Order: sequence, then structure tokens, then C-alpha cells
Amino acid sequence: MRMSGTRRVNLVALAVLLFSMAGGMATLHAIDRLRRGSAAQEALYVRSSKVLRRMSLGYTGLLADIYWTRAVQYFGERHHNGSGDFRLLAPLLEVTTELDPRLLPAYQFGANFLAPKPPSGAGMPGSALALMKYGIEHNPDQWRLYYNLGFLYYTELKDYAKAADAFAQGAKLPVTNPFMSILAARMAQHAGEFDTARMLWFTTYQSTKEAQIRQNAVDHLLALQVDEDVTRLEHVVEKYREQTGRLPASMGDLERAGFIHGAPADPKGRPYKLMPDGRIEVQDPKSIYFITKGLPPGATPPQPPRQTATGSK
Amino acid sequence: MAAIEILDLEKSYLVGFWRKRPKLALHPLRLTIEEGEVFGFLGPNGAGKTTTLKLLLGLVFPTAGTARILGMDMDDPRVKAQIGFLPEQPYFYDHLSARELLNYYAQLSGVPAKGRSARVEQMLARVGLSDSAGMQLRKFSKGMLQRLGLAQAILHDPKLVFLDEPMSGLDPMGRREVRDLIQQLRHEGKTVFFSTHILSDAEALCDRVGVIHQGELRGVGAVAELTSQTQGKVEIIFCSQTVPAGLTSLGAEARVSGDMVNAVLREEQQDAALEVLRRERLKLISLTPVRSSLEEYYVARTRPTEGRNEDGRKEESRRGVGV
Amino acid sequence: MNSGGMNSRIGYIAFNTFREAVRDRVLYNLIAFALLLSGAAILVGEISIDIERLVVVNLGLTAVSLFGVVIAIFIGIGLVSKEIDKRTLYTMLSRPVRRWEFVVGKFFGLTGTLVVNTFLMAIGVFLALLYVAHRFEKMDVWVLVALYFIVLQFLIVCALALFFSSFSTPLMSAVFTFALFVIGSLAEDLRGFAKITQGIGGWMAAAIAYLVPNFSALNVISQVAHGDAVPGRLILYNSVYALLYSAMAISGAVLIFQRRNLK
Repeated sequence: MRMSGTRRVNLVALAVLLFSMAGGMATLHAIDRLRRGSAAQEALYVRSSKVLRRMSLGYTGLLADIYWTRAVQYFGERHHNGSGDFRLLAPLLEVTTELDPRLLPAYQFGANFLAPKPPSGAGMPGSALALMKYGIEHNPDQWRLYYNLGFLYYTELKDYAKAADAFAQGAKLPVTNPFMSILAARMAQHAGEFDTARMLWFTTYQSTKEAQIRQNAVDHLLALQVDEDVTRLEHVVEKYREQTGRLPASMGDLERAGFIHGAPADPKGRPYKLMPDGRIEVQDPKSIYFITKGLPPGATPPQPPRQTATGSK
Repeated sequence: MAAIEILDLEKSYLVGFWRKRPKLALHPLRLTIEEGEVFGFLGPNGAGKTTTLKLLLGLVFPTAGTARILGMDMDDPRVKAQIGFLPEQPYFYDHLSARELLNYYAQLSGVPAKGRSARVEQMLARVGLSDSAGMQLRKFSKGMLQRLGLAQAILHDPKLVFLDEPMSGLDPMGRREVRDLIQQLRHEGKTVFFSTHILSDAEALCDRVGVIHQGELRGVGAVAELTSQTQGKVEIIFCSQTVPAGLTSLGAEARVSGDMVNAVLREEQQDAALEVLRRERLKLISLTPVRSSLEEYYVARTRPTEGRNEDGRKEESRRGVGV
Repeated sequence: MNSGGMNSRIGYIAFNTFREAVRDRVLYNLIAFALLLSGAAILVGEISIDIERLVVVNLGLTAVSLFGVVIAIFIGIGLVSKEIDKRTLYTMLSRPVRRWEFVVGKFFGLTGTLVVNTFLMAIGVFLALLYVAHRFEKMDVWVLVALYFIVLQFLIVCALALFFSSFSTPLMSAVFTFALFVIGSLAEDLRGFAKITQGIGGWMAAAIAYLVPNFSALNVISQVAHGDAVPGRLILYNSVYALLYSAMAISGAVLIFQRRNLK
């Protein structure tokens, strides 16, 4: 009977420890899922940053970081679920930047996701603009903020003159990105061109580490590629028709006529379809986001995330 | 049945800051305490007395060895119901009264609710705390706490009582009372194991003593035997204000205090010394053989030995244990 | 095993812990609390810009929560670490009290003290509410739920205080428990951080974020102040979680205490 009393207690205690640890984590998971929506809501019970400042007892930096994480999470979760409702994103970002005006990633996030229409963004370009201007006011020497402003004017507001202005101002800073002056110049004449847009999205991709912004930029770059391909191919079809007087029956016709080499494919490797009326279409319109060309007539540009045939994002 | 059987109980600690090395606080201890006896565990401070007690009570875990208490394994929870413990300089809950504390402890010891408060009052009376029974413990003096400690140790009528320095902090009256109490416990057939460094108490109370020094048991013996040996000397006390020359020439060691002289000389000179007194017409008060004292036994056993390296381990084989 | 004896011993230890805490004047904190709350209620009554209820509920519940956590930490550490440090335990453990019974009894005594304290404070909060709003509304029932969650919070804090006391000094136990309280209040955000961090940092953050007590879900004070309902499922899950987490900390404390040498 030696040690059996103590040993029994130890075994029971160990069993309780392990069981409650596992059970606790499982319950925690359930609680998290339950509270997913409400955390952001609760975060904004106090919207006045003045009050928040006082409540944080001086630890405003930490509080700003917390609000920032909540903003990112809020957007990420809803985006993932396909919900189009991001109405709390603007106040979350506003509170974040009011608590810490120098939290640069918040402005970048706002530039990328506040302005676009749902489901890619919150559809509030006005708030986005206000946020950028606020950021510049408090951080006049940060080129990224001018970049974000220009980006906003270019992508959503389509005001190329103001975009050029913003890029130009950013280019004049002592510390800046070489692309800024190039973008400023291009805004003037080549605003609508693929290369300009490509340069812009590439700069966005390069200037951030935030995963969602990068993914968004990649999606746009792929879409640009498709748009460019389709435009080029449709132009080729037109030239064929001028030359032969009729529409090509298949890609093979174009190839034999020497206009293309090999079967052209989209960035995902799927060959473009040649439609009877001479248009070019992509194989799976739903699988590439943001494309404006290569879609069946009457279709709207697809937005992420959607279930795709191949399951890739 | 042996009340306590200690079988090679050992305790070592790791000391040192960076490279921890084991230091032996208690060398493998082998000792048996019989039921009904009062056993004194003697040794200087830091010898390992308290460590031994804590090991036996399960407050500290041995690095080797084991013990059997009242025939049961020392880890057996049933043991606790039959033992009582008074730690050195006990400390209790500040905000309870003496009565409440004893009642609480009685509850924990499983004293049935029916006679509990009567038992508590009885204990309070026994240790002389009836008057202070309602007072909060933070106001208790050291002596009062010691008495309360005794009370809680014997509250549940245990068969075996462990006392760690039970006389510490007591005035002579208090010490007398504790000695009486221990005698009573002995009469009740209980086994008492107590540690102390006050030899006169041990001599007066114990059946057997064990001497421990630097974590090692140096000797065990029955008090009666250790103090029975005469040393071949006699002590003569008589009335005089000076030491007679005759005695000095016999080689007596004498001491004068007031009207009396205290002289020690060898047994063979006894008759000659008495003759001197008779000649000088000095009044004899007493003549007693000088006995060996526990002190001598103790001092002999606690003499530092050679051949010890710094962690306390002996380099030669162990000394045999006495009687 | 003598299970009747076991339960009664735990009960005696719990009761004694409660008695010791009360005699240590822990309940005097209620005076400070009452002063704070009445002061606020009166002030708010004067200003009267239609947020009286909001202020009383927010302030009252936050005070209940914070006062309680401070008490839980100090009494918990004081009563347990102190016993282990000083020699009160010697005479207790030489009796037929198992070490684990001591830990569990202390836990019940501590939480009992806090429940009583919270109950008295709750009366204060409702009285203040009555004073500023002049009547009770249906939504006030959720204040009870918020109070219940605060009690669950105390369960976890007491369990943690006991856990740290089983191996650490009084001061360090207090520091660790308080640190976990702060981190636990940000647990949801910590898990958020973990999700968006890559690599080792993400793993570490996730590990900590899941082990740390989830106080953020137990704080429904702002919701309740605005009169929002608390979902029934949350009440269930939080109760289960608090029980499991406390059990985890207490069993950890028992395991450590079982092998502790009491020097």
C-alpha cells in the first residue's frame, strides 16, 4: 500500500489538469466563435477618442495597437465570410488613428479597403479621403501617405489630376520612393494605360507587409494581365477580320495566320476562349477577380472571395 | 511494538549558486523508539533535530530511507490521527482566539462534534490558558503560544507526541509545568519524542537519549545507565569558612561559598577526609558519590571528529551506535 | 478513503479561511466602495444629462470587478503564501489533513469570501441605480448577469493566486497573478495578434493567448450598461470555461504542493 494514497492524489490531479486544460481550450474556441461579431461592436461603445485617451491612463499607444488589430480582424473575418457589410471599419480606423496618428499601416489599410465598393471594401471613399488627409496632416514627411492618397484618387475616385498632384508632392520629400515621380508623370498622359496601373499595384504590393493588402494587389495585377491579354487578343481578331474578311473560327486560325504563337492562356494557365462573335472570354469568369474584360456580356466583374471550380482563391 | 522505527532515513539538499552540490543535512539514520518511552533527541542547533522531526511528520521528503510509525508506513494518512506535533516557536492564525483555534484543530483531527467543546475546555485548563481562551492569538505572549502549541499537540489524545524544543521561551514556572505535563503523558502510556539542547531537562525526563551532531547520530543510551557510573569520587559538604589544611593535603578540590565548603576527592580518601572533619570538629552536611553526568556523555559525543570533507560526508566508516 | 471526513475537513478549512479573511478586515473595502459609488451617484444625479444609468452601471461594475480582483490577489496570497511561509502549516499538516484538501479548502474559502463581498457590493450598485434612475427597468436584469460573470472572473483569479502561492513567494505570486489578469483582459486581442503574425512569433503568441485566462469574454460591462442582452449560450460557455480553468489551476497547485518541502 506504499505511496498509494499520495500517488492516487497525484494521478487524479494530473488527470483533472489535462482534462480541464483540453476542455478549457475547446470552450474557449466556442466562446471566440460566439463573440466574433460583437468584439468590434463593443470596441466602439466609446467612440470619442478623447474619452478613450483618458480611459487608457496614458497607454494610448497600446490602445491604438489594440484597435488596429481589431480593425484588421474585423475586416478579415467579414471578408472571408463573404459578408459585404464593413460599416464599422471607418470608425475603427478613425479611433485608431486618433489615438495614435502615427500608426501608418492604418492609413494604408484604409486606402485599400475603405473606398472600394462592397464586397471588396466598405464603399466609403469620402471617409477614406478624410483619413488620408488626416494622416498627411500629422505625418507630413511620410511618402507612403502621399502614395496612398494618390492611389485613392487613381483607383476609386478616378481623378487623375489630383492623383498626379499627390504623387508629385510625395516625390518632393527628402525620403521617398523612386516610383513616385514616375507615377506623377504618367498620371498626366498615360493614366488609363495598363502599365501605369500595373506600376501602381506593384508599388502597393512592395510597400506593405500586410497580408490582405498584398493579396489584394496581387489579385489586381492578375486582373490587369487578363484585361491586357483580352484587349490584345481582340485587337488581333480585328486585324484577322480586316485581312481575311471574316472572323476566325478558332484560335488555330489565328495561329496559322501567324498572329499568335501557341495557345494563349490566362495567368492561371487556362486557355482563352474565342467566341463566335469574335470576342475573347476567359474559361472561368468567376475565378479571376476584378477583371473588366473577357467576361460574358452583362456579367459584372467578380469580387473575392467566391467559391471557384478549382477551389483556388 | 516499536513506536517509531527509523530505517536509514536520509536528507540531502542541493546547495550552491551555480553548480549545485548535495549537502547532507541528515546522514542515514537508524533508530528505534519503543512504545511508552520518553526519548530525548539531543544536539546543538543545526544538528539535524528539526530535520528529523520534519521528515517523520511528512513536512519534508527524504532523499532516501523510510520510517514506520506506530507500525504503519510513515506516508500512511492514518498515522496522523495518532500523533501530535509541537513545532519550535509555533505560530498560529492571528485572528482566532485560543478556543477557536483548538476547536478548529479538533475538527481537523476528527474529534467527534459531541464532546468537542468539552475537550477543548479541558485542554485549555490543562495548559493553564482558560483565562485567555477568548483572546485573539496575535496578542499572545511567547509562553502562551508555547502552551497553546502543547494543547493542540495532545488535543486529540494521540499515542505518540513529537515536541521540538518544548521548553523554549518559557520562564522557570512554565518549564516546570511542561515537565509535569510530559511526566503525565508518560503516565498515560504515551510515547514522547522530544528534541532539546537543554541537558538537565533531558536528564530529568527521558528514559533514553540520542545525541545528534552535524546530521549524524553519535550515540544512544539509557539515561539511568549513562548517569549511574560513579567516577570513583565523592563530594563532601560541610560547615566551615575555610578549607582545612588536612583536606588539601589529601588532594581535595574544594570550594568555599559563605559558611559551607564543597570538597571533591577520591573515594579512597573518604575515611581520611571524615577523620579530618572529626578532628577539626566541623559539621558534616552531606557525603555523596559523584556520578557521571549526561553533560559529559553529550560533550564527548559532540566533539568534532577528523576526516570530514566539506559536504559533511565521513571518509571513514560509520561509528557504531551505543547501547 | 474517508470521504465524509474529507468533505468536512475541506469545509472546516474553507470556513476558517473565510473567518480569517473577515477578521482581517477585508470587508472594510466595502466602505471605500460605498463611498465611491454614492459619490458618483450623487454627482451624476446633479448633472443629469441622461446617462445616469450608464455611468452608474459602468462605474459600479468596474469597481466591483477591480476591487474584487485586488482583494482576491492580496487575500489569496496573504492567506496561502503566508501560511506556507510561516509555520501555521506545520501543525495543520501533522493532522489527518491531506495536502490537497488544504488547497481545495482554501480555494472555497477564498471564493466564498469574494462571493459574499460581491453580493454586498451588488446591493450597493442596485441601490445607486435606483437612486439615479428612480426605478428598475427590465434591462437591469442583465446587470445580474454581468455580476455573475465577475464572480466567475474571481474564481479564476483565486485559482491562479493559489497556483502561484504553491511554489512562489508572496510578492512574486501577487505579481504573476496580477500580470495574468492584465494579459487575460486582452486575451481576445492577443489571439487576434497571433492570427496575423507569422512564424515563431505567431506560434508563441497563440500558445500564450490560449493558455492565458479569457477575461475579455467575462467582461460584459459596456454591453450591459447600454442595456444589451447577453446571449444565453455565452453564459453557459463562460460558466463551463471558468470551472474548467479554475480546475486546471487548482490541480496544478495540488500537484506542486504535494511535493513541496516545507522548510
